[in-house]
Amino acid sequence: MEHVQYLQLLTRQQWLIPIFPLAAAAIQCLLKRPARKLSAALTISAMGISCVFALRALFATFGGGEHHEVERAVFNFTWFNFGTSSLQLGFILDPLTAGMAAMVAFVGFWIFVNATGYMADDENFTRFFCFLSLFAASMLGLVISNNLLLLFISWELVGLCSYLLIGFWYFKPSAAAAMKKAFITTRIGDIGFFLGILMLYWKTGTLALYTRDALHPGALEQASALVLRNGWWGLSAASTIALLLFIGAMGKSAQFPLHVWLPDAMEGPTPVSALIHAATMVAAGVFMVGRMYPLFRADPGGGVMSFVMWVGCITAVFSATIAVAQFDIKRVLAYSTCSQLGFMVMALGAGDFVAGQFHLLTHAFFKALLFLGSGCVIIGTHHEQDMRKMGGLRHYMPITFVCYVIGMLALSGFPLTAGFFSKDEILLATFHRNKWAWGLGTFAAFLTAFYMTRQIFMVFFGRWRGADGSHEHDHDSQGGGTHGHHEPHEVPWNMWLPIAVLSVFALFMGWVGTGWFGGNLFHHFLAPEEVPSQDSSLVFWLSIGAGLLGILAGWLIYGRQTMEHASDQDPLSVALGSVFTFLNRKWYIDELYDATIIRFTAACGILFRLVDKLVVDGILHAIVWVAWGISQVFRWLGDEFIINGGFDAGCEGMQLGGEELSHLESGRVQNYFRVLSLGAAILLVVYFYFST
Amino acid sequence: MNIPLGDYLMLSAFLFAIGLCGALARKNAILVLIGIEIMFNAGILNLIAFWHYKYFATPTAYLFAIFAISIAAAESAIGLALVIAVYRYYKSVTLDDMTSLKG
Repeated sequence: MEHVQYLQLLTRQQWLIPIFPLAAAAIQCLLKRPARKLSAALTISAMGISCVFALRALFATFGGGEHHEVERAVFNFTWFNFGTSSLQLGFILDPLTAGMAAMVAFVGFWIFVNATGYMADDENFTRFFCFLSLFAASMLGLVISNNLLLLFISWELVGLCSYLLIGFWYFKPSAAAAMKKAFITTRIGDIGFFLGILMLYWKTGTLALYTRDALHPGALEQASALVLRNGWWGLSAASTIALLLFIGAMGKSAQFPLHVWLPDAMEGPTPVSALIHAATMVAAGVFMVGRMYPLFRADPGGGVMSFVMWVGCITAVFSATIAVAQFDIKRVLAYSTCSQLGFMVMALGAGDFVAGQFHLLTHAFFKALLFLGSGCVIIGTHHEQDMRKMGGLRHYMPITFVCYVIGMLALSGFPLTAGFFSKDEILLATFHRNKWAWGLGTFAAFLTAFYMTRQIFMVFFGRWRGADGSHEHDHDSQGGGTHGHHEPHEVPWNMWLPIAVLSVFALFMGWVGTGWFGGNLFHHFLAPEEVPSQDSSLVFWLSIGAGLLGILAGWLIYGRQTMEHASDQDPLSVALGSVFTFLNRKWYIDELYDATIIRFTAACGILFRLVDKLVVDGILHAIVWVAWGISQVFRWLGDEFIINGGFDAGCEGMQLGGEELSHLESGRVQNYFRVLSLGAAILLVVYFYFST
Repeated sequence: MNIPLGDYLMLSAFLFAIGLCGALARKNAILVLIGIEIMFNAGILNLIAFWHYKYFATPTAYLFAIFAISIAAAESAIGLALVIAVYRYYKSVTLDDMTSLKG
């Protein structure tokens, strides 16, 4: 009983989690540019405090499993009233929220620490940290909301912040294009999300998710009732709403048709990429699906779950194939994120909510680790992002190397690392649902291991190729000495410490989510009422095998014989030829969109412009002419003759009178004095005359 | 010897009339200034006369008289400075020549 009350109290205080970064952002937007130390200190300490509150909430939710139901406390309050209805907002505290909030705050904290190093030379340091704080605050707000309205507000704020941060270097045309692309692409998904919200409100009359009130049940508590009502396209209401909401998640979490923005988001500074890819932006979509999961699962025959699973599956394989053929160190990771998000969505679609959220959490840690690691590499090699111009960095940057390898192993699903357990859970869940999807998923896992191994060998092994090409011409003058200032170097402590901390989690975090140590702790924590997927040794060994095979293949192709020069051909491109080019060009998806949707939109734009010119402007011009004609009449008749004439005559009279009177002013002082004396004399005479 | 108040007032009025005549009739700026000073002193004499016959017990009027004389000194200094400035500009101290403010 006391525990319940404590939980209720914490729920009431959930706003404490996002408020500190929010306040930090508010203060920082008033700071001047040179206040760098203050800005960094504010951001990091605010995030630290948030982290403490998030961890407090997390620990409070432990141990709910005894009752075989989820510990969930909600707190709803009225935002404002209009008429007889009122707008409710609310906070929630359950294992899903607590786990996500703790992850966001913790990973975000270390990303911020790393960012102080990455952005050390940037002149807009305070602006950057202001946006970062706002980004974290809005994501935390999204996580704690028990209300689709609050969730949607935070959701859009997250989108806004990603827009601002992707285009942080807006003076680069590519960054400006990427920020627009990210915003517009996610906005397409948001249309679906918003329609879903409206439909949910229409069908249930509330936007609160849980109310714990039998008289006014929350939206998710009415999920089973929604199954019986009709929606659109012949689906039940529950399925329709779930589908619409999922379209929003597809935009946010970069699922297949709407994935195009995520790789371009690499234009932002690398800590932003880490934040977007790990803790905040893309996690929002998967988290939202997890939050609305009762709705997705309510209608087993609705087909939405299969749709979700296949979208995830296609994204996982599709992005993994692209990642194989990229040369930009961050772009490989970006497609890898797409692919991993596909895994999470696939797990959600396969019906294993726990596996999807577990992979979301573990992925956040090792993907943040990998992105921050790539940021270290970029700083260490003086802003070089092309993997062909790297190589041999393990000699120059040992700490980064070790952490990066840990992240790579975790992502590849190397046994006992975090990614291994979570990916295994996903494949297991998919196996029970659909064998084809499982097969494709395993193939994607193989590709994941392969491209990560390729990256490791290209970046860290072989010899340093950065001096090639651009510096060949001054080779003679240096007399063969390559130890110029372009030598790579290890990064300062504030950059490697975060990745070291995260790599500990990347190694060991998976252990909470496996049944090997007497019960799956994470499963028990997140969804005690659900039965875990049946273990299958086939799936288990195949997923290990896929990972190891990928690493082996990567070593065979890239490890035995590393690249010698930056201009060398990629061994895989020699082998695959035009297929490699096809993958390198990302399946020509961007070109396809350019040729179809964007051209179509542009054509519509031209058409509407013509309509605007001819019809709308024509009407306007006609109105203008009529008005002008009327005004001309008034001008000649009324203004010129009556008003102007009258005024002119009056003015001329005044002027003439003034001229006449001015002759009195002779300029002779004594004349004035004489008049004055005469006046005084007259006054005296009058005075005496009347006083006697 | 007891001079009645009326005599003082007559003297004062006489002085004032002389000053006024000077100020109105002379063309030379310095002489006009002298006329103004004479009128001023007529006023002070008037004041002292009234004090002597009506409020002899208090010394206020002395102070006023001294005050007024010192102000008159300052005023005539300014007046002479103005005359010099005017002379520098017009090369003349004849008031009829100074008609720049004619309307």
